[in-house]
Amino acid sequence: MGVILMKGNEAIGESAIIAGCRHYFGYPITPQNELPAYMAARLPKVGGTFLQAESEVAAINMVYGAAAAGARVMTSSSSPGVSLKMEGISYLAGAELPAVVVNMMRGGPGLGNIAGAQGDYFQAVKGGGHGDYHSIVLAPSTVQELADLTGKAFDLADEYRMVVILLGDGFTGQMSEPITLPKPSGRSFDKSSWSLSGAKGRDPHIIASMRLNPDNALEMLNLKLQAKYRQIEKSETLWESVSVDDAEYLLVGFGLSARICKSAVSVLRKAGVKAGLFRPITLWPFPAGQLAAVSAGKKKVLVVEMNAGQMVQDVRLSVGGAPVDFLGTLGGATPQVDAIVERITGHAG
Amino acid sequence: MPVDTVQEKVVYERPRSLADVPNHYCPGCGHGIIHKLLAQCIDELGIQESTILVAPVGCSVLAYNYLRVDGCEAAHGRAPAVATGLKRVHPDTTVISYQGDGDLLAIGTAETIHAANRGEKITVIFVNNAIYGMTGGQMAPTSLQAQKTKTSPYGRNPADVGFPIRACELLNTLQAPVFIERCAVSSVKTILKAKRAIMKGLRNQVEGKGYSFIEILSMCPTGWGMEPREAVSWMEAEMVPVFPLGNLRDR
Repeated sequence: MGVILMKGNEAIGESAIIAGCRHYFGYPITPQNELPAYMAARLPKVGGTFLQAESEVAAINMVYGAAAAGARVMTSSSSPGVSLKMEGISYLAGAELPAVVVNMMRGGPGLGNIAGAQGDYFQAVKGGGHGDYHSIVLAPSTVQELADLTGKAFDLADEYRMVVILLGDGFTGQMSEPITLPKPSGRSFDKSSWSLSGAKGRDPHIIASMRLNPDNALEMLNLKLQAKYRQIEKSETLWESVSVDDAEYLLVGFGLSARICKSAVSVLRKAGVKAGLFRPITLWPFPAGQLAAVSAGKKKVLVVEMNAGQMVQDVRLSVGGAPVDFLGTLGGATPQVDAIVERITGHAG
Repeated sequence: MPVDTVQEKVVYERPRSLADVPNHYCPGCGHGIIHKLLAQCIDELGIQESTILVAPVGCSVLAYNYLRVDGCEAAHGRAPAVATGLKRVHPDTTVISYQGDGDLLAIGTAETIHAANRGEKITVIFVNNAIYGMTGGQMAPTSLQAQKTKTSPYGRNPADVGFPIRACELLNTLQAPVFIERCAVSSVKTILKAKRAIMKGLRNQVEGKGYSFIEILSMCPTGWGMEPREAVSWMEAEMVPVFPLGNLRDR
């Protein structure tokens, strides 16, 4: 098909279909409406199901039902809607069901506005719903990466039987860029040992998060979940490094902020300042060890986010000696290259 | 009579779809009767291997341990949404959403109405006992006027918290449902009628028809603070006039 021009939200939709997703449940909210509209048009053409639910709460529970039935299923929303999905995400975690949840973040708290933002890092990375659980959180920074990580999200969800959150922002979702659509990964996952389809010629399967018997059954489930999370921390971290080897100053950002940081690195390098970028692609698991190694010996680490300082907490826990500074923008404002340069050099670029 | 002329004839046995395990329900509770009716209908329709049961939050949260079919837990009130997801993936299965009054008419009202309005091809079994049993007897959306509960200690006051909601009549305003009936499990007669309604609701799915809703008035002696026999009398005397039995729709 070659290179095509696609909007971020639509690129997620087509990539999901390429990955074998045939069930989508969602509820309208800006700035991600192009994605459900795309699925509403495309899924019936490939034998799939698009259903506009009565609420975000209903949508995530339809996802739960479809996941329990063994389907590749996704929902998408933006910040206020994702808050409503948190109950269902906790149940999906407890029942160990695979699903992909897209959050094209917008300004908050509350109704906020419809500009892109990164204020849901804590919600996505630290839990969000009740109980001890994690979702794998992927943070794409370009439309191409939105497309590529969508397929990856389905594979990770199926491999570990858990929720994978694709954490983008309203700007990246609305942006049109030339991309190459991904190819199917070719991986397949047999769900017949646990999924629900009617107990034909086998004992009934039960999908549940409640554990009452024996007395330590819930403890055992939690230990199993934690063991799974430790394994994922070991094997599934993704990150990108740009010009870090000789850098004296290290910028750290994710998603759109990282993209702006990349421009700042070029400006700084042209001005003779040795700057580099470390970009976590998985926000959970956080690439803590890799960041510790990359940041060692730097004069300064500057974290840039479109929030009041959320990922910076994980950066501080990861970085050894280097001082960590923070530059944030709020309410849907985007970081400016000049401001980043000034924070590093101490004077306007 | 010589022994060799005696013939054995089984006239009654435990349904295959009903697990042979002790259940956790209180003495005089209606859930056990309703589970058995469901199991009998599943057996008689021959759909044990193609049925998926969605169990709610409430006293019947462990229903999947008692019915020998594929089972799925749902968050409180979300059973119709979960059933929707299951049915849309496996349209050839029979999906049952088994729910209580708090689940179906309070926290899950939106899911209830919209699954019905879409005409999801599922069967909803709504067990109405006018109280929150599992959490210890709080006021339900179907609690009767003046009914005393843990959270309406002076009796349900409609001026303050409204009147009991009638689910069948509410859903009967929608176009899509194909079957709506209110039954009870207070006597042999009403139990047999309830079984016929459940059978019809499940057969509708087997035949690919639309949404079926069966409300079953059921006793909660523990929640009502009554002896089991007293509970049966109270249900017939007090609940049935508010929730009249009968078929509202059969297409």
